[in-house]
Amino acid sequence: MSIRQSLLAILDQGPCYGYQLRGEFDRRTGSTWPLNVGQIYNTLDRLERDGLVAKADTDSEGHVYYAITAAGHDEVTHWLDSPVVRTQATRDELAIKLAIAVTLPGVNISEVIQVQRAASLRTLQNLTRTKNATSEPESSEELAWMLVVDSMIFAAEAEVRWLDHSETRLARASARGFAEPLPLNTSSPKRGRPVKAEPAAQAAQASQTEQLAQAERAKHVGQAAQAKHVGQAAQAAPAGQVAPAGPLTTDAVR
Amino acid sequence: MSRALASATELLRLDGVAQHYGKGVTAVTALAGIDLTVSRGELVAIMGASGSGKSTLLTIAGGLSKPTSGEVIIEGQWLSDLPPTRIAILRRRTLGFVFQDFNLIPALTALENVTLPLELDGWKSRKARAAGLEALASVELDDHANRYPDDLSGGQQQRVAIARAVVGTRRLILADEPTGALDSTTGELVLRMLRSRVDAGAGGILVTHDPRHAAWADRVVFLRDGRIIDQSAPAGVDTLFADAQRA
Repeated sequence: MSIRQSLLAILDQGPCYGYQLRGEFDRRTGSTWPLNVGQIYNTLDRLERDGLVAKADTDSEGHVYYAITAAGHDEVTHWLDSPVVRTQATRDELAIKLAIAVTLPGVNISEVIQVQRAASLRTLQNLTRTKNATSEPESSEELAWMLVVDSMIFAAEAEVRWLDHSETRLARASARGFAEPLPLNTSSPKRGRPVKAEPAAQAAQASQTEQLAQAERAKHVGQAAQAKHVGQAAQAAPAGQVAPAGPLTTDAVR
Repeated sequence: MSRALASATELLRLDGVAQHYGKGVTAVTALAGIDLTVSRGELVAIMGASGSGKSTLLTIAGGLSKPTSGEVIIEGQWLSDLPPTRIAILRRRTLGFVFQDFNLIPALTALENVTLPLELDGWKSRKARAAGLEALASVELDDHANRYPDDLSGGQQQRVAIARAVVGTRRLILADEPTGALDSTTGELVLRMLRSRVDAGAGGILVTHDPRHAAWADRVVFLRDGRIIDQSAPAGVDTLFADAQRA
């Protein structure tokens, strides 16, 4: 986590006490993500446990200083040398919202997109104003803050562009009839691990099972025309082709 | 419809402006009843997909074409009341256009390009020259007054175009993708100039598809199929940082 590494990198400049560290972190990040003292001490405790910092002197006012260890210094170097990896596990709230919304009946997805676009643009307007209040940074603190603001501007811009793109994609999918809501899957999901099979047989079996399951689901839908369509599609599917996991009723086989 | 000005600072008002092309089954509606006001000190961005009516709106707002229905009111003057010659004068004295491709006259210097609308309007050349230099100074190009467009960079040419748009008594800037032909740093500089002219008392419409550029505006109007579907104005900066802190 970047707070831990950031504090460590600051300590690499010299020993600090908790409250002082907070001030250093704030002024180096434009006070954009203020930390409370509790977070600072929790982090220091963990850094100490991991042998990356050690308690040093206490001054006359009772401030306990923390100093970086050799291992801590190495950790800072490693942090600065390595890219930040954004894992897939980082959930994007907006992407999830739009993905779910597009599968629900009765949701005006254009409206969802527009509401978001207007909000994102407002954010972008505010950021732009904030940035324009300062022309060119005149200290490294201002520079650091400017980088943070720029990053937020680019993120907001990317969001608006993505929304524009989503709108176009949605229009195209609608025109082709692929923007229908997804009904709940009528086959109950199986629990537990599947029975182990020989790897060679596995793919073929999966495909067969999938086709049967689809035909079965189609019957459940109860619409003769659709069931027929699905059945044909299932028969026509080349053997060994594994359908994507969890396609819901008719859309997946069209 | 009241003929009173909505406010003393109102520069432009569109009242139910509609534009239809063609008839019967081939009829196309470019604008379907637009109400929009631009005041002094206000920059309004217009966003929307291609064909949403952005450019048509700008053409009509600038008196370059007449809407099928609705009214365009510039500084309290109803364009429908004016003969074409009066509209031409109004355009010369009040409006400035800024286009994507700068539209400067290559045979004229930067200063001559800027003073051209004043000279057409019968200004004495000394007075026009002084006003032209002042306008060029407002975009930080007074030291390039005697250069020809070919000797200027794209960003500088666009700044000359902005100076021309605000020279003399001109107060309403209508910009159609003014940064479209510029790289992003130059584009930002041009927008900064446009913004500063607006802050100094002009009003402007900025048609753009770029969210980062639209963000320079006080208000962003979204067009779809010739209608305004939404508008957004920034909230206070405090709100922004409250959001950032929560995140």
